[in-house]
Amino acid sequence: MIDLSKVQKRSTADIAKRIVQDIPDGAHVNLGIGQPMTISNYLPSDREILLHSENGILGMGPLATGDDIDEELVNAGKQPVTMLPGASLCHHADSFVMIRGGHIDICVLGAFQVSVKGDIANWRTGDPKAIPAVGGAMDLALGAKKLFVMMEHLTKSGESKLVKECTYPLTALAAVDCIYTDLATIAVTPEGLVAVDWIDGLSFEELQELSGVPMMRASK
Amino acid sequence: MIQKIIPSVAEAVRDIANGSTILVSGFGGAGLPIYLLDALAEQGAKDLTIISNNAGNSGIGISKLIGLGQVKKMVCSFPRQPESGAFDDLYRDGKIELELVPQGTLAERIRAGGAGIGGFYTPTGFGTELAQGKDTRVIDGVNYIFETAIKADYALIKADKGDRWGNLTYHRTGRNFGPIMATAARCTIAQVNQLVELGDLDPETVVTPGIFVKRVVLLGGKS
Repeated sequence: MIDLSKVQKRSTADIAKRIVQDIPDGAHVNLGIGQPMTISNYLPSDREILLHSENGILGMGPLATGDDIDEELVNAGKQPVTMLPGASLCHHADSFVMIRGGHIDICVLGAFQVSVKGDIANWRTGDPKAIPAVGGAMDLALGAKKLFVMMEHLTKSGESKLVKECTYPLTALAAVDCIYTDLATIAVTPEGLVAVDWIDGLSFEELQELSGVPMMRASK
Repeated sequence: MIQKIIPSVAEAVRDIANGSTILVSGFGGAGLPIYLLDALAEQGAKDLTIISNNAGNSGIGISKLIGLGQVKKMVCSFPRQPESGAFDDLYRDGKIELELVPQGTLAERIRAGGAGIGGFYTPTGFGTELAQGKDTRVIDGVNYIFETAIKADYALIKADKGDRWGNLTYHRTGRNFGPIMATAARCTIAQVNQLVELGDLDPETVVTPGIFVKRVVLLGGKS
């Protein structure tokens, strides 16, 4: 058993900053509800990155405060937001034309599980008492040119969220391009998972053991 | 003379019959035609099928209709909301039907309905439980599922400005489903923040041309 108490895991902010490294200047990006939305706090000012919100904003700005709050200008999580100069608004069908038509460069979603083939499960656990709700996740997972997943590497009970086959209901098949966790950055390739980088104090062998699925290593 | 402006919300929704299928605009509270929904709650039509992104919350809007037992079925992408209690309770008791639709598929099914298209193939949902029972097809090596169009008896939408021909503009993300829902119903009813004279809306900025709208009703209150 590997003792993770001795290593410094990436915080949510660390994961967000790591993802930002892989978002190029000029990218059109959709950030999923929850942790992925925090990435907007770390976008560098020397790159023009346009945020898309599924409810019809391209060029979304930071959360609105004070007098800037307009209850009819909200993000996908229904929080009041602002728009950047140059922003545009559109109706829902056009917004999903951007998503489903492959016009969004990168989407970042959270996940319960990602399989070695890039299948993603992120919308329900199958709990019969939970109200099922899918929102735009299935459209985003397949429609964006690249799908990044931002998640904890392990469940609260210590099981890997990287799996051979997803056991939770699927969101999309073979959709994920890269997984960013509190332990590592892992690319999904046709040859299988490739560990791109991982935290100090953890060996590749330990990462692989914790992950519980076959994995190759890129040079660190 | 064309006069689509209706003097009161009660009159605007008076003829909605039991068993009607109704499109309701809104994404959370943004763009939700709350006054029309209140009038529908007052009017009392039952066995309704409501098609909307969410299933309402906090006992207002769609949540109010559900709480009053007026809704037989919800077609939506994201029924789970903070304080979506009315829907949650009936759903768990098996007293309300739910057709869960991915948000982009919902938008496109409505758009197709308004455009006279019977259905379409989309990759969204392929291989998931939401594809069960749907036709599939491989096109250029990609797996697709077949989704049918949505049409409705009524659309209740919220717009910003409207004129007596039914031309509409919207406010910010309050636009969301309004423009496509307006096209997909036999009778579209728009609550607007402001009535304007013909010609006041720049034709370049009209979002919903009046042909799609049957009734316009002014409601005070802020946008």
